Amino acid sequence: MTTAALPARSVRTARPGAVAFRLVRGLLHRLLPLAILVACWEAATRAADSPFFPPPTEIVQRMREMWFSGPASHLFFSSGAGEDIVPSLYRMALGLLVSVVIGVALGLWLGRSERVLAYLNPLLQFARVIPPPTMVPVFIVLFEMGTQMQVASIVFGAVWPVLLNTADGARAVDSTQMATAEVFRLSPYQRIRYLIIPSALPKIFAGLRLALSLSLILMIFAELLPGTSDGLGFQLTNAQSMSDLLTIWSVIVLLGILGYLFNTILLAVERRVLSWHRGARRA
Amino acid sequence: MADQTTPPRGLSRPGKWARGAVGVAALFLASEILGRAGIVDRSYLPPASSITARAVELFGDTDFLFNVRVTLTAWALGLLIAIAIAVPLGLLLGSVPAVNTAVRAIVEFLRPIPSVALIPLAGLLLGSGLSMEVPLIVYASCWPILFNTMYGLNDVDPTAKETLRTFGFSRIQILLRVSLPSAAPFIATGVRLAASIALILAVGTEILSGFGDGLGMFIAQAGTVPDGTVDVLAGTVWAGCIGLIIDSVLVQGENRAFRWHKAQRSGAS
Repeated sequence: MTTAALPARSVRTARPGAVAFRLVRGLLHRLLPLAILVACWEAATRAADSPFFPPPTEIVQRMREMWFSGPASHLFFSSGAGEDIVPSLYRMALGLLVSVVIGVALGLWLGRSERVLAYLNPLLQFARVIPPPTMVPVFIVLFEMGTQMQVASIVFGAVWPVLLNTADGARAVDSTQMATAEVFRLSPYQRIRYLIIPSALPKIFAGLRLALSLSLILMIFAELLPGTSDGLGFQLTNAQSMSDLLTIWSVIVLLGILGYLFNTILLAVERRVLSWHRGARRA
Repeated sequence: MADQTTPPRGLSRPGKWARGAVGVAALFLASEILGRAGIVDRSYLPPASSITARAVELFGDTDFLFNVRVTLTAWALGLLIAIAIAVPLGLLLGSVPAVNTAVRAIVEFLRPIPSVALIPLAGLLLGSGLSMEVPLIVYASCWPILFNTMYGLNDVDPTAKETLRTFGFSRIQILLRVSLPSAAPFIATGVRLAASIALILAVGTEILSGFGDGLGMFIAQAGTVPDGTVDVLAGTVWAGCIGLIIDSVLVQGENRAFRWHKAQRSGAS
């Protein structure tokens, strides 16, 4: 095993040219199929000339017109971006933030107190399985139309994975460590800060990842319903009512890019925050 | 030793049940008091008792049951098609690394697109009803099954595969005899996740589609009627119950079918 590992390492350190070659080849292998697919799609849509399936180049052009045709001083974001993207992201960020705060705080409490968990468990389990979109009509009645209702919908959908995962993580704290903390007379705050939160953190991140994609979905869903006047979801319904398929495709592609970006950012944060954890695991 | 040093924790099973019942009762009581004392407008937020009564009443309502049946049909059809697509695809991607790297970028590009954003497009392309609902459900529920299948194939014991290879079994045979059975528990977990996503999509598209049948339609229409909040919430309770039943049936099924898997796990760790 060592003999196999040794040459591989020496190649990596000694010959950067070979590394670059391998990197390029790897990238080609990864991205070429996607490029070919897009090219085929382009050719097929141009040949078919169907209004339902616009070619990718036109979609990209429409995206540029709608959102990225602004002056350089605004980082090329146009005013359309301010009307569509900013409100949506604001709602999503607010909803996600509220669900993380509530979910982590309540989750830590429930995870450390078996009694409280026993009282609330049936209610929590039931709330968890309700499909979140069904609550949106309820929130339309209960809250003011617009941002308030949308944020409430996002929170109702995204809070459960955070809460239940945090409770799970907080419950699984090593009992020897808890006993040690007791011996050293750590205050409750110190116990939470230095013991419970760190050991629940991997679970919390697992919940966060679910909450992130759920909040994107619910943000769009809440904006698709009547009573919205801006945001990407509104742009979608608006385009649908005008049968403007190019705009619909553009919004979908943009949402895909946003979803990918959010996920990448969260993964990077997770890797940074949990690097100690993986190191400890390996050792 | 650990048992002696740690204080006795863990409630008994009846204790948990009793506390759970107390929790539910407390919620009922609180909503009752809030409603009757006039702190909350009853037409906005009806007390839990009247929601429950309405939910039970709906059980005898043939129109409502028809709506539930429509939703469940879309759900089952979508989930079955998703399984039929995602499991073979996952087996292919999970067992042939070259295909995996090639398709990876396409998958990474498609996966983050939130499925509800496709509803307006599907509405224009496919009209309404089952023909629009089912493809959306399939799209959304394919992902967890696909990724769990691939993940499960990663986890297969290499010694078992090598053993069959030395005995001259072909790749396909190894895949079917070793890899598929040992990935099955992971696939089942993926199906369970997909089942709840499919329900979300089924109800969600119905709420948005504007006309037609289904549980989501029932909820959306009740939301537009004054005093319809009881119906909205009763419908929501039903959606929750359906979700709960599906989830627990699948969990039970997993536990029963893959008892060997759990046993293997605890033996290994």
